[in-house]
Amino acid sequence: MLLISCPHCGPRDEIEFRCGGETHVVRPGPAEAVSEDAWADYLFMRQNPRGLHAERWLHAAGCRTWFNLLRDTVTHEIKAVYPMGHARPEVA
Amino acid sequence: MRYSWASLIAQSLRKHRGWKPAWATRPVKPHYDVIVVGGGGHGLATAYYLARNHGISRVAVLEKGWIGGGNVGRNTTIIRSNYLLDGNIPFYEWSLKLWEGLEQDLNYNAMVSQRGVLNLYHNDAQRDAAARRGNAMRFHGVDAELLDRDQVRRMAPFLDFDDARFPIAGGLLQPRGGTVRHDAVAWGYARAASALGVDVIQGCEVIGIERDAAGAATALETTRGRIGAGRIGLAVAGNSSRVAAMAGLRLPIESHVLQAFVSEGLKPVIPGVITFGAGHFYISQSDKGGLVFGGNLDGYNSYAQRGHMPTVEDVCESGMAMMPALGRARVLRSWGGIMDMSMDGSPIIDATPVPGLYLNAGWCYGGFKATPASGWCFAHLLATGASHEVACAYRLDRFATGALINEKGEGAQPNLH
Repeated sequence: MLLISCPHCGPRDEIEFRCGGETHVVRPGPAEAVSEDAWADYLFMRQNPRGLHAERWLHAAGCRTWFNLLRDTVTHEIKAVYPMGHARPEVA
Repeated sequence: MRYSWASLIAQSLRKHRGWKPAWATRPVKPHYDVIVVGGGGHGLATAYYLARNHGISRVAVLEKGWIGGGNVGRNTTIIRSNYLLDGNIPFYEWSLKLWEGLEQDLNYNAMVSQRGVLNLYHNDAQRDAAARRGNAMRFHGVDAELLDRDQVRRMAPFLDFDDARFPIAGGLLQPRGGTVRHDAVAWGYARAASALGVDVIQGCEVIGIERDAAGAATALETTRGRIGAGRIGLAVAGNSSRVAAMAGLRLPIESHVLQAFVSEGLKPVIPGVITFGAGHFYISQSDKGGLVFGGNLDGYNSYAQRGHMPTVEDVCESGMAMMPALGRARVLRSWGGIMDMSMDGSPIIDATPVPGLYLNAGWCYGGFKATPASGWCFAHLLATGASHEVACAYRLDRFATGALINEKGEGAQPNLH
């Protein structure tokens, strides 16, 4: 069971949240200049690391705000919580 | 040693002291024609069919742990071919046909039991979808029967037919579906492959993929040293992204944990495999008597081979909604396996952009039933360089071309199956 610190509501049970997958995926553009491979890369390809993973979460049953989480995919330890639009923080 | 009544009687007279190991442990050779990375069901089946169908015997299977320790021993043992889409049905039906002859082919008792797979439906729209799926299956020569509520009740009177929210309206039955003893599949393929000269190498983890000046994959760095290879096949579902990253590839895959559960042993109660149509839940009864069941993914990327409690609760709630008597059974144990969740819910059996490197990945929840055909088609690809006709839709480039195989008709998210 994860205890996730929503940046707005504080620590809450994971059942209030939805995971939106890998974050910092930037949509390529302008649309007419994007190749099929670049578009497939944006839509479908993932880092999928074993270890630290930067991902988007939605506090679905709370403030309904999206934010970023830096989480270990083996231990589930949450290393950082940071707002959308911010760069991935450096953690030890 | 061939297993037979004669060998069984002879061994019992000798107090079972003469049995030989099922597969040989041989020294690692410096070079193989083909190396299959991953000694799960798919990797071992690939090696077996490389030797049996294509006469390539200088083959090694590298397994970082032990044979039967990965997902081939962590699934709910269901086999079926009740698919809807053209890209899928011929492949899974070929797999089911191979299951039907597998034990004689391998000379190994895998306890293949065609006890039927029943998918329940609960309303008119689901009945239409079930009829459509059944028709698609029958067009491809696959067995399917659409059952009404009374027919389901005769088969499985213990289901909750009077549930206020999800009354059972009927089901789509595939009588030839069923269950298989999963680790016997790994052992049987390992034994049969070893007998044909394949080296099954356990405790050997790949840590790097060596490439020549032209970029082709030519050797593997492993925890047991460098091993050269003519061709390399990756069959490492759960860790596909990690191993492919060693060759600089990014895959349309996320790794997620899927939990499964077994109850205490009970007298026979469930005739076949039954799946819930109003939630995600599937259940069968093992020959030992335990109820084997499972449901949804945990919902976020995970390489931890264990799950979390909210999903346990969710799975058990679905089970109780379908079969209230389940509440009287006690759960004996649960476990988690790491799934290769591909972005359209379908697998990949294809060459990669790296010459000499081939990929078998993205099996989502459905890898176990695919084991024989996956091995058959991956061996065909590794031996001939061309896709097998029943696996020709499982291309890696379909994510760019748009030829996705999206069985559930949903968008780009890795929780399909």
